[in-house]
Amino acid sequence: MSGHHHDHDHHHDNHFTAIEARVKALETLMVEKGYVEPAALDAIVETYETRVGPRNGARVVAKAWTDPAFAERLKADGTAAVAELGYGGRGGEHIVACFNTPEQHNLIVCTLCSCYPWPVLGLPPVWYKSPPYRAKAVIDPRGTLADFGVTLPEGQRIRVWDSTAETRFIVIPMRPAGTEGWSEEKLAEIVTRDSMIGTGLPSLEAQS
Amino acid sequence: MNSGHDLGGQMAFGPVVPEPNEPVFHDDWEKRVLAINVAAGAMGAWTIDEIRHHRESLPPAQYLSSSYYEIWLAALDKVLLKHGFLTSEELLSGKPAPERREPKRVLKGEEVATVLRRGFPYEREAKAPARFAIGDSVRTIVMHPQHHTRLPRYARGKQGVIERVVGCHVFPDTGSQGLPETAQWLYTVVFTGRELWGRDGDPNSTVSIEAWESYLEPA
Repeated sequence: MSGHHHDHDHHHDNHFTAIEARVKALETLMVEKGYVEPAALDAIVETYETRVGPRNGARVVAKAWTDPAFAERLKADGTAAVAELGYGGRGGEHIVACFNTPEQHNLIVCTLCSCYPWPVLGLPPVWYKSPPYRAKAVIDPRGTLADFGVTLPEGQRIRVWDSTAETRFIVIPMRPAGTEGWSEEKLAEIVTRDSMIGTGLPSLEAQS
Repeated sequence: MNSGHDLGGQMAFGPVVPEPNEPVFHDDWEKRVLAINVAAGAMGAWTIDEIRHHRESLPPAQYLSSSYYEIWLAALDKVLLKHGFLTSEELLSGKPAPERREPKRVLKGEEVATVLRRGFPYEREAKAPARFAIGDSVRTIVMHPQHHTRLPRYARGKQGVIERVVGCHVFPDTGSQGLPETAQWLYTVVFTGRELWGRDGDPNSTVSIEAWESYLEPA
């Protein structure tokens, strides 16, 4: 998919690509007509570049692994439980936590657009919004996982959650063996973004 | 609308190719599109469902060959024109005309954190009890509306089971057409892979959608 525009590294000499020029023109019009405030635009970008991202979700997962009462609250009402950690709002007004079990692995998709739990995972990666994933996840979930190098134990059912409403899903992976006695902070470090979408598993060495 | 966006079960797109260490944005213009989209939406002139309709009604060839921020940008142009905030002359020239539409509100920099944290909850008070209960067997309706809907093609006319009663939520099909807001009960409905895809379905998989009450009939 497009989304990569690396053929034009000319930002230093005022040569804008067609899309850069178009976006600049739109922003100028919107600001000059008083429809948007530049300070608001900057604050929105800053929020999603630096404050809201998958480390939020990793904290939720690590807490669920170490605090059984929190895990129960997260199962019962995802929105309220993540709010305990200060997360919620736009793109995640109604959150459901999908707990992996030895019997069932969960996988999140939005076949119709790009719905994704922003407050806990940030903005979605390009592949999540692109046709191959949106097309394949519902009809061939095992093949989709294979694209990520993930093979599930035989007999583990896959449940695919298509985000067709304003409900947003986050997968709570199973805590890996060998992490007994780890602190919440240390556990959060092994919770990858993909493990909270369901296209990965927590890894004792990997990060994503 | 049966358009390029309704992708569940389509084929020949090739494998999913994740990008290692993908950055949040690939270019500065993407940041600006995200921000303009959020801030312009905060003017309160259109709903999320209306702007989704503008994205989905792009010609499929354009939709499928655009990046997601390009799709957002194309839909922003359309919705700003439709609601009279900008004219096509302004979009072409980049020069603002003196006439303008007064927005209901303009998002201020210092309000951003609060507004994003609050979000826009979609649950409404129910005017009637839910028609279905957990465990009920239901069948999705078959329809092919010209307007926006959140019932994907692959899940139409299929039998499933109610797993959860989500709440009474804003109904996108009418809201996307600029009609007054209505709300309906929303359910999580689970289908087997075989029900959705026949012999080509994974026998050990299930798929759920979130379905509004009018998408469902008892089965």
